[in-house]
Amino acid sequence: MSAVAALLPGGRLHLQHGPIDAIVKAWGEPAELRAAHAQAAAAFAEVLPRLCAELPLLRSPLPATTPEGSVARRMHAACLPFADRFITPMAAVAGAVADHLLAALLDGRRLERALVNDGGDIAIHLGPGQSFRCGIVADLASPGLDAIATIVAADGIGGIATSGWRCAGRGGRSFSLGIADAVTVLAADAAAADAAATVIANAVDLPGHPAIERRPARDIDPDSDLGDRLVTWDVGPLLRGEIADALEAGAAVAEACRARGLIRAAILHLGGQRALIGAPALALAA
Amino acid sequence: MTETRQSTDAPDAEALAHAKDREAGIVTCDACPVLCRIRPGRTGACDRYGNEAGRLVRMDPLVIAARAGRDGVIPFLGAGWDGSALSGATAFVTGIGAGTTYPDYKPAPFIVSSEIEGVEMVTVVTEGIFSYCGLKVKIDTDRFIGPECAPVRVSGEQVGHVTTAEYGSQMLSLGGVRHLTGGGKREGVVTCETLLTLANKGAVEMTIDGGATLTVQAGRAPIINGAREERMRVGCGSATIGIFARQWLGHADEVIVVDDHITGVLTEHQAGRFLDMRTSGIRVRGRRSTPGRYFQVANPGTGWGGTDITDPLAIIERIDPKLAWPGLRLLMVSTTGEHAAWYVLDDALTPVPAGMPPAIAAVVERIGENCEPALASVLFMAGAGGSLRAGVTDNPVRLTRSVRAALTRVTSGGAPVYLWPGGGITYMADVLAMPDGSFGHVPTPALVAPIEFTLPLADYAAMGGHMDRVRPLASLRGEQRVTPRLWNEANPWPLERPAA
Repeated sequence: MSAVAALLPGGRLHLQHGPIDAIVKAWGEPAELRAAHAQAAAAFAEVLPRLCAELPLLRSPLPATTPEGSVARRMHAACLPFADRFITPMAAVAGAVADHLLAALLDGRRLERALVNDGGDIAIHLGPGQSFRCGIVADLASPGLDAIATIVAADGIGGIATSGWRCAGRGGRSFSLGIADAVTVLAADAAAADAAATVIANAVDLPGHPAIERRPARDIDPDSDLGDRLVTWDVGPLLRGEIADALEAGAAVAEACRARGLIRAAILHLGGQRALIGAPALALAA
Repeated sequence: MTETRQSTDAPDAEALAHAKDREAGIVTCDACPVLCRIRPGRTGACDRYGNEAGRLVRMDPLVIAARAGRDGVIPFLGAGWDGSALSGATAFVTGIGAGTTYPDYKPAPFIVSSEIEGVEMVTVVTEGIFSYCGLKVKIDTDRFIGPECAPVRVSGEQVGHVTTAEYGSQMLSLGGVRHLTGGGKREGVVTCETLLTLANKGAVEMTIDGGATLTVQAGRAPIINGAREERMRVGCGSATIGIFARQWLGHADEVIVVDDHITGVLTEHQAGRFLDMRTSGIRVRGRRSTPGRYFQVANPGTGWGGTDITDPLAIIERIDPKLAWPGLRLLMVSTTGEHAAWYVLDDALTPVPAGMPPAIAAVVERIGENCEPALASVLFMAGAGGSLRAGVTDNPVRLTRSVRAALTRVTSGGAPVYLWPGGGITYMADVLAMPDGSFGHVPTPALVAPIEFTLPLADYAAMGGHMDRVRPLASLRGEQRVTPRLWNEANPWPLERPAA
């Protein structure tokens, strides 16, 4: 099946191709919006085929050869700062696609603000004086508004991404080495946020804890870039102190990311508790 | 359509290296360039396609049920359906996978017209999101599973309760809005998972406070405290006496039907008296309820008649020498006929095992023949009388009235429903009459169930239906995710008007 672009009610553009499901929403003059939508849809058609052409490289651990495609290069660049541990460019695929589509949307256009939401990893554009209010849901299995982040243009935030342990078949999409219900990261772009959210969520963990069931990634998805690494399959009941310990481990990694300038802020959720990193930069409401 | 072929490209080195995958049941999806290899029971990266027992299938198909036409041919279950042969006589669009429209003031996802026997019919096809829904579960057993009103738990969370016992069966009421959305988050999630699994014909283990641990699955024998219930007893011991008394007359002098609930003693029982049988003087243990009917002759168990008895003579308290006589012929039998023994009293009035006469053996066999297999049955119950109606008509009460007047037929995945009298469109459907995988859920949590409203086109127009959205059946050819399934012939065809 080839790429599909469709206008949804409310002036949203839906782009879908294989596993990519992106919602584009922009604000501006009608003529500018039409042109922007056309640009994003045109760029989208080539996204998945070009990614697939380099899939074996993109599934290889970093450091590795720099790929060719523009989305692939965004993935590579976003993940490279974490090459001291196991990571493949796939950790940033959703965010990189969102960034790429947002760039196509904005190219030469005048838009007040815009967002590209690629399955929860979001690239945002804010014109001068503009803002977004972003609701954060920690647990998809029983959703509620767990936090609201208000982002203004001056924050310099261009991407929001979330990672958690729920994988395909368990209410989520991708795999995690950790046990976070949700780690939401705000960064300069969506690919950076995506890669950091993955790394921080991996670090929210209690190694060897008996309530955590792990399975080799390849047993679930034979093509997973994680190979035979154990990914989280189920998280049983944890004690309050254990939850705090796991969050603290993740928060330390998040703080290190912030200190290196890789992210602006992170919100970590596990078992009804949370940890905030870099929150003063944002207006965060529970 | 549903079954996407495996990639037809010439095999490259990588594909050959993965050739062993085929043994593991892995399917390669070629719906997009990612070419996911999918393990059995899992989905590809998109979640839209999955591997179901080695076949690549669309995970959210719009299900059309097809039956054979007059020529005996089922029109489009084969490959290469061109859509042209579709008619209301052979194809029915179910709500399974239809999706819903939210908010409900928008027309339902599919409003399909079709013709059958010269009448233009409309089926409004949608999926309802039901917060007000639950399951009524009937478990064919006389075993004590827990006291009435006792909480029923799954993974420690209350998902329902034990309700009024029915003939030969224990009843559970599961789900409902109070457990789905009225309790804690986890209670709602566990309740939703339980309902979804049972409604989709899966098995769930549950525990009852102060009672048993059960494994329940629609259409299967219940498993109670680890023991599989095989037969539903023909009746209690007393009822068994009542049913078979005349058939024993002249062949036995006494019959004791061993039962955990009420053990029956033939000559003392009203049925024996009525046949002028001579009192045998054999007295069983337990508490006498009325003549010939005894409670608590033993403890509950997995022996004779749901008791812990393995030697039936153990329930005989005494044999009165003034009433019994040498040569007295005694049958002891359980309520399912699974256990039976024949005795003749010797000169000391002691029961001595003897070969069972054919006439008696025939009646024992008949007890077994009259026991139905013990099953668990699951009815889905929900209310469709609310905002969902707005997807059907601008004037919802007219839909309710039309359903009441039986002008509009309500089905769930094509299965017939029982409509409760009184207000609203509150219905029950046997989940076994519905296609596999009919139910879904949303995180609210709430269950998603297919629902179809079928009525003559003229009546639909008169009701204020969304006439501008009516599309002919054949137009569904353009829908990529249409999946044909074989019609369940046990269900009435929804497009045929119910007999007046």
